[in-house]
Amino acid sequence: MDIVRIQEQSFAIHDLIDELLDSDPTVGAVVSFLGIAREMNVGTKVLNLWLEHYPGMTENSIRGMVEEARSRFQIQRIGVIHRFGHFQPTDPIVGVVVTSSHRAEAFSACQFLMDYLKVHAPFWKKEVTPDGSRWVDARHSDDDAAKKWGIDPQS
Amino acid sequence: MKLTLRYFASIREGLMISSEEWETQARTLSELRVELSARDAVYAAHLSMHRPVRMAINQVMASGEEQLVDRAEVAFFPPVTGG
Repeated sequence: MDIVRIQEQSFAIHDLIDELLDSDPTVGAVVSFLGIAREMNVGTKVLNLWLEHYPGMTENSIRGMVEEARSRFQIQRIGVIHRFGHFQPTDPIVGVVVTSSHRAEAFSACQFLMDYLKVHAPFWKKEVTPDGSRWVDARHSDDDAAKKWGIDPQS
Repeated sequence: MKLTLRYFASIREGLMISSEEWETQARTLSELRVELSARDAVYAAHLSMHRPVRMAINQVMASGEEQLVDRAEVAFFPPVTGG
């Protein structure tokens, strides 16, 4: 069973890894990605961060991405946890874990999921800086990363 | 047809509203966006076709050519920045 959780509370990536592995002797590789709230963004200090999302659509869209990853890669299990709400620098925001028999498919699936999530999961970051708060602009590099997988960032 | 419109992030803040009911003659998402932009200067500023606006119908991302359906939930939001 894959895991998709949209939650406010924090999490530990090793707990998600343990939950997915569940002593499965067929797994030969685990790849994990942990996205963390940074202290600096585009040259400005970030005091804290607010993440808004679209309840319902968020979970459905990520479940669709997990299904798409399953159809593209030979993998065992997938786990995605994405948080919303308030963050301080160093807090975990998103965790993606993929297990498979061999490493290559796990690496690819993990990168695919993050590249997809970056352009299609309905989350928006707002940063509080010493000069006030601002919505974070999307990056062209994220659009380019998604297009490499044949994903249209706009629809 | 009748729609429920939802707005998120900077668009929600700019319009000072998170959702509203809307009666429309528009057939596609783009037509709806043009119609809403014509309401007043604030809607024009946030939804005009020059802005990088993303859209969803019934919680699925959709392009401007997508057909509207009666009672649909239509969302407008800026490009996403999660992860």
